[in-house]
Amino acid sequence: MSNYDPVEVTPLHADEMARMQAEALEAVKAARDLDELKQVRLAHAGDRSPIALANREIGALPPAARAEAGKRVGGARKAIADALAERQAQLEAERDERVLVEETVDVTLPWDRLPRGARHPLTTLQERIADAFVAMGYEVAEGPELEGEWFNFDALNISPDHPARSEHDTFFVESVDSGKVLRTQTSPVQIRALLSRELPVYVISPGKVFRTDELDATHTPVFHQIEGLAVDEGLTMAHLKGTLDRFAEVMFGKGITTRFRPNYFPFTEPSAEMDLKCFVCRGASAVPGNPPCRTCKSEGWIEWGGCGMVNPRVLIACGVDPDRYSGFAFGMGVERTLMFRHNAEDMRDMVEGDARFTLPFGMEV
Amino acid sequence: MKVPLSWLREYVDLPAVTAHEVADKLTAAGLKLEAITSHGHDVKNVVVGEVLSIEELEGFKKPIRHCQVEVGEAAPRQIVCGATNFTAGDRVPVVLPGGVLPGGFEVGARKTYGRMSEGMICSERELGLGDDHGGIMLLPADTPIGADVVELLGLREDVIELEITPDIGYALSVRGVAREVATAFGVAFRDPADLSPPAETGPSHPASIADPTACDRFVLRAVRGFDPHAPSPFWMRARLTRAGMRPVSLAVDVTNYVMLELGQPLHAFDATKLSGEIVVRRAEPGETLETLDHVVRALHPEDVLITDSSGAISMAGTMGGLHTEISDDSTDIVIEAAHFAPSGVARMSRRHNLVSEASKRFERGVDRELPLYASWRAVRLLAELGGGTIQPGVTCAEVETEPVRISIPSGHPGRVAGMRYDRGTVIRRLEQVGCTVTEGADAAEGAEAADGLAARLAVTGDDMLTVVPPSWRPDLTDPNDLAEEVIRLEGYENLPSVLPAAPAGAGLTEGQRLRRRVGRALASAGYVEVLAYPFMGERDLDNLQLPVGDARRRAVRLANPLSEDEPLMRTTLLPGLLKTLVRNVGRGAGDVALFETGLVYRPAADAPATAPVLGVERRPTDDELASIEAALPAQPRRVAVVLAGEFERSGWWGKGTPATWADAVEAARTVAREAGASLEVRADRHEPWHPGRCAALYAGETLVGHAGELHPRVVEAYGLPPRTCAMELELTGLEASLSGPVETPAISAYPVATQDVALIVDAAVPVAEVEAALREGAGALLEAIRLFDVYAGAQVGEGNKSLAYSLRFRAPDRTLTVEETTAARDAAVALAGERTGARLRGA
Repeated sequence: MSNYDPVEVTPLHADEMARMQAEALEAVKAARDLDELKQVRLAHAGDRSPIALANREIGALPPAARAEAGKRVGGARKAIADALAERQAQLEAERDERVLVEETVDVTLPWDRLPRGARHPLTTLQERIADAFVAMGYEVAEGPELEGEWFNFDALNISPDHPARSEHDTFFVESVDSGKVLRTQTSPVQIRALLSRELPVYVISPGKVFRTDELDATHTPVFHQIEGLAVDEGLTMAHLKGTLDRFAEVMFGKGITTRFRPNYFPFTEPSAEMDLKCFVCRGASAVPGNPPCRTCKSEGWIEWGGCGMVNPRVLIACGVDPDRYSGFAFGMGVERTLMFRHNAEDMRDMVEGDARFTLPFGMEV
Repeated sequence: MKVPLSWLREYVDLPAVTAHEVADKLTAAGLKLEAITSHGHDVKNVVVGEVLSIEELEGFKKPIRHCQVEVGEAAPRQIVCGATNFTAGDRVPVVLPGGVLPGGFEVGARKTYGRMSEGMICSERELGLGDDHGGIMLLPADTPIGADVVELLGLREDVIELEITPDIGYALSVRGVAREVATAFGVAFRDPADLSPPAETGPSHPASIADPTACDRFVLRAVRGFDPHAPSPFWMRARLTRAGMRPVSLAVDVTNYVMLELGQPLHAFDATKLSGEIVVRRAEPGETLETLDHVVRALHPEDVLITDSSGAISMAGTMGGLHTEISDDSTDIVIEAAHFAPSGVARMSRRHNLVSEASKRFERGVDRELPLYASWRAVRLLAELGGGTIQPGVTCAEVETEPVRISIPSGHPGRVAGMRYDRGTVIRRLEQVGCTVTEGADAAEGAEAADGLAARLAVTGDDMLTVVPPSWRPDLTDPNDLAEEVIRLEGYENLPSVLPAAPAGAGLTEGQRLRRRVGRALASAGYVEVLAYPFMGERDLDNLQLPVGDARRRAVRLANPLSEDEPLMRTTLLPGLLKTLVRNVGRGAGDVALFETGLVYRPAADAPATAPVLGVERRPTDDELASIEAALPAQPRRVAVVLAGEFERSGWWGKGTPATWADAVEAARTVAREAGASLEVRADRHEPWHPGRCAALYAGETLVGHAGELHPRVVEAYGLPPRTCAMELELTGLEASLSGPVETPAISAYPVATQDVALIVDAAVPVAEVEAALREGAGALLEAIRLFDVYAGAQVGEGNKSLAYSLRFRAPDRTLTVEETTAARDAAVALAGERTGARLRGA
């Protein structure tokens, strides 16, 4: 080694190399941000950095010394590059941290720029009921709201002199003997279904009905019913009961208690009323001495809907042979069901269209 | 029907059960409990007293008496009393100090009118026995002194009020209810109609039935020498009161009492006011009758009348005539008990808006065999209590009717119920109802009506039984009526619960699915659903500014609307929605967006005025059914929205945007999208919209609705917020255009090429036309087109507008060259130019 020009090789001396590396690493460490680090990279790892210059000197060394010098330079450059990369990552992380903190917003700010609407619970309740029956194999049948008297009354075994006919407070289309009425029940859809469909028939029919009642907390002249009809061979009251028990469970949950009691409807024979055990007092208020119950008027039971075996006379009016086919039918008030299921106390709220009533019900009930 | 429990016990050997237990059983049998009223359970310390002496006190505004009353204690009580209808020696009810009268009214000893009063002498009203407050209640002279008045007079009573369905008229009587109670408890029933009137020969009064369709049995009995001042006995008045009827006079009370007990309405005539033969007939043209309520009624030729030689004297089973009414001095009484045709009474009662206890019963069916017995019971009571003598003879005009016979297999009730009842049970239950049951099918029936309704109703099977229902059950006519009797008496609660296996259904129809999607889409877009009443008035049509001759003015009118202001059925959904919007705004809502889906009623101009009422003994023919349909209005389903205020809300984020015509049109697109239909929008003038801000909505070439901002005059007429917008379209029309399953699009992965163009067109050219031309001109390579700016101003020239479009091109199979996309763009611009006069801006 003593044969070479000491000036020429100074930069490649081990000491010198160590000094340059230490200097570089010091500078990397001292860089406070990414801009400074960029300068450091230029100064200590760039093309004109001392170590790059030193690298160029390697060629001037005698071949025997090149390998060692090369190794020394390479080691230093790698150490510097590693330090730069590490510092770069560190400073980037610090920068990101800082920026994201600066971008913090108050995520609790309210946002109702495009408020959502809602569907009317009477609509969605009818859909829910229909779905329960569609799941049992029924189809949804429909009919006109302004209906022929024959469909609304006569075909349903409600003759013109029938007391039940005057109990239906009917809206008549002018003139009174036009033979046209606003349907007082969804039952005319039964007739339409039997006249137009092939047997067996299993249909559910929700819809609007009309009676000349003044609007108050428990009456409305325009309300909704849901009607079911099944006509098949071998259907019995037991099937009717099974169907309604299942329906009650779907609507009100398991554990609901139902009761069948005799009632009268011209279009069913035998006829029954389906009662539900009061949800509020669980029937206790009917026992003398117990506190009264507003929900069931201390009867212990709530009338839910009428039902029965389709009167063979109705089948005959629709051309169905009652000796071969039998059927059952049932009908419930949708408003009443909403009242029980959702504690809706005033029917006026259901008809007035105040958005505050409807919004909480959302898309489904 | 209100039934005092004691009255039931008279005819049923009831075990020791409460009124609630009785009511529960009746409810289970189909006579539903309405309410139970308990009387007298709070009354205490009321005893029988004898008035020993009376001292009239002077110096008061009204007569005041100070009485010594013997009540069976060590010493008489001294009691001050304001009534004067009693004398020394009378026996009276006395409430002693510490006693309680009905309603929890406690009585003590106190000083009044300067004397001590140790209790009170009571009137009937004070004992809770009706309205009689005319004076002190006087008890029979042999009433034991000191006896408990509550026990003695039966003040303690539970009254069961039942809801009686219109088919079971028999249950509007103690007799009918008692029979049900006896069956329910399995105990003996004594029929109060089980009387033995003497075999009579001659008529009591000449009478005949002129119209056998109006009346098939007419019975008259007479009492003479009746004391018109005889009071009704206390027990009778108490029962009438508790059953909800007002005691009037002995003669009237007896007719009411017998009606309540047996179910047979009776009418009492003053015999001296009758002249000549009594005839049951229909009214003659122009005939009138002044009824008990002093109303002169013009009679209808179908009205059923009781007449004598002077003319009409009573509206059968509905209300009696004033002239022949019994009065305070009637001594000779003729009692009428008849069986009128239910439909005759029903129509008459409806025609004259006259509902009476009698008409209610006749309409629902009265026991045809009762008149002879009920009239006998009535005249016996009159004679016993009013001192008259029953005249020998009874008038019984009648028309023979064949009893109903029904044949059923003994297994029929079980087949209807879905459970087994053995033969003996079926027969026993039918007999409990009162039926006569014999074995074998009824031979006469089959032969007689092989083709009629009865034949269609007939049920066939093994082990036939022939059943003749009792005279009090005219509702039992069909096999299923008998099935119901067996099933209800065996207990509805014992029916099994079996879910039937329905065949697999097809689910909802496409139309039904669409309706749900539309509802959800509009609700998601911010609209709240309402269900307005489908009524409207002429005023709405005017408010909507509909011109004369507008089809929406042709509306169905109701004969009996709820409100005279709204006698029409809606032909558009808008009136209901607009009024609901006003209500919401009135309640403080500023930003309102509402929607409704529902039917409108659109009568055809040439539709028949009346829908025929067809027969029911067979299926009508298709032509007959079509004749009903033809008379009904079209009832298409529509959807409509109304909106006011801000649609996109202002907030801390900045300003929102008010609801505009564009939101209304977008609501229509939202609906159409759900139907898979693309909606073509064209400018239109159509009330109630603003003539410059009204869009006609087309699905293909079909006009399905309109949208836009409402006419300012409509806004003013309804009191709407300024610039309220609305959309209405016919869903039924869209349902028809439902396009079926969506074709899966081919997705190209080749790069997109975008070209922007700015076009200048005349300001009046609808953008939709420009866009349609661009689309068509650009051809198949066009993937999407978007209008990103509309500009009107000096730079584009007066009366022009600039439309800036971004066109995106893509090919399914290659990367497009610049030349290709430019060519497509140029073709688009060229066609737009040709169709709408559009030219490139700057060109």
